[in-house]
Amino acid sequence: MNNSLAIEATGLRKSYGDKLVLDGIDLRIPAGTIFSLLGPNGAGKTTAVQILSTYIGADAGEARIAGHDLATEPDSVRAAIGVTGQFSAVDGLLTGEENLVLMAKLCHLGKRAGRRRASDLLEQFDLVEAGKKMVATYSGGMRRRLDLAMTLVGSARIIFLDEPTTGLDPRSRHTMWEIIRGLVAEGVTIFLTTQYLEEADELADRVAVLDHGKLVAEGTPAELKRRIPGSHVQLRFADSARLDLAARTFGGAARDDNALTLQVPSDGGVRSLRALLDRIDDDSIEVDELTVHTPDLDDVFFALTGHPSTDSNPSKERETAR
Amino acid sequence: MSTLAYAVRDTRTMLHRDFMHSLRFPVMTLSGVITPVFFLAMFVYVLGGALGTGIGAGDEYINFIAPGILVMAVGTGSATTAVNVNTDMTEGIIARFRTMSISRQSVLTGTAVGAVIRTMLSLVLVTAAAMLMGFDTTANVGEWLAAAGVLALFALALTWVSIGLGLWAKSPGGANGSTMIVQFLLPFLSSAFVPTGSMPSWLRAFAENQPYTHLINTMRGLLQGEPIGDSAVLAVIWCVAIGTIGYLWARKLYNRDPAAS
Repeated sequence: MNNSLAIEATGLRKSYGDKLVLDGIDLRIPAGTIFSLLGPNGAGKTTAVQILSTYIGADAGEARIAGHDLATEPDSVRAAIGVTGQFSAVDGLLTGEENLVLMAKLCHLGKRAGRRRASDLLEQFDLVEAGKKMVATYSGGMRRRLDLAMTLVGSARIIFLDEPTTGLDPRSRHTMWEIIRGLVAEGVTIFLTTQYLEEADELADRVAVLDHGKLVAEGTPAELKRRIPGSHVQLRFADSARLDLAARTFGGAARDDNALTLQVPSDGGVRSLRALLDRIDDDSIEVDELTVHTPDLDDVFFALTGHPSTDSNPSKERETAR
Repeated sequence: MSTLAYAVRDTRTMLHRDFMHSLRFPVMTLSGVITPVFFLAMFVYVLGGALGTGIGAGDEYINFIAPGILVMAVGTGSATTAVNVNTDMTEGIIARFRTMSISRQSVLTGTAVGAVIRTMLSLVLVTAAAMLMGFDTTANVGEWLAAAGVLALFALALTWVSIGLGLWAKSPGGANGSTMIVQFLLPFLSSAFVPTGSMPSWLRAFAENQPYTHLINTMRGLLQGEPIGDSAVLAVIWCVAIGTIGYLWARKLYNRDPAAS
């Protein structure tokens, strides 16, 4: 057993009835890192979190969380982890502060220490004012923040976050990212599931792609990006005559007659881009729009699974020049 | 601290949480009082004249049904418990408790103790309402305490059944519906409102052997000085049996693997 591994799992399997949800998952997650399990809806992400956090049992396989065996020492595992599930696990009939104090009591903090922890967290999560109000009146973003704050009351060393930003507005999402980065800076290990490729790219040290219950790829975001075809420049034209003209200039480019676009292979660097623009000028080609496309995890996902990720983030990293 | 000390502490925390819920959601809490008081008023003021004459109790009909209404109120309280438990399960916080290092049993035990306390408090209010309507009792302090003990035992037994129903039902409405048998059906098919002697023989055979009748006869004996016979022993046996089965069932439902969300 390697002590620097926060989570180590081999051959995790789970099925509901005849539906196989997890088909033999192996994981090795070093302590103090952010690991992201990436996949579309129904890939088995939540089931993986539920098993690793002792919420449900696995049909087969073994796992050690913070050095404790999942099957034989579930209580020791529970003492080391914090879980924020996909659906907020807050008590709607209590106030935000009461929810946090409840957690402090269940973590067996003393009365005064518990109150102090609660007020610190209310401050940290920008819930001081809302703290006195019943949670039933909270917005989605506030519930998420309280949910995560409740997870942090105990000093968990490993935190599971199941789609923590799904349904949040962009600002709340960035706040959540900042909080997650802050936790890792304190040495906490984060197990994060997401269907946002951008999010995994932004946060994770390592990413594993889950599809239909199987891990189809694992590596750093950069490693995964390297596994797919290179970047290109996309040119869009006003009509097919101009497209024809340009296609003659750029022989190796892939053309799309419906979209009136041409995809020219390019490394996206300034030098090759200048060369490309020079050729456009030399041949007096009229281009409506030019887009530099660098591969993102969405392309990785498509390349690895042969189908696009559902609910993928539509805002790809692109720089558009007109 | 020992494991037991932690379990007691966690249970107290859960009990406190249950208590806060009762305060925050008073309509649900009070429905356990309103329903039996409504029945009491209806039977005393609307149907009481005819029924009282019919069973030979005359104006004293309230003294006949008040003990039955108290037993019925325990059943009404169980509906609150079932709905509360069901709502809790859909709230998601139970999922959080399951992944925390706390005494697993404390969640259910805290709920059960809270439910029994809530039911007993509502019984005090129902008793007060009955007295305002003219309920007159022969009971001394010892008999009152014995009556409270019987009701508490029954409340505990039904609480475990209703926690089970709350865990088993798919929705709060379903949880409420599933308690109809203990809330209304069994009280009406018992000695609560009319003596079982006035029922057709097939119904009488059922009514005289079901737990409510034994409980109600015991309560009448304690509060009205009527002969109890073997009803007290049978009532206690019924309560222990119902409570044990309810507890084992609730625990089994709670400990099963939660379904995938």
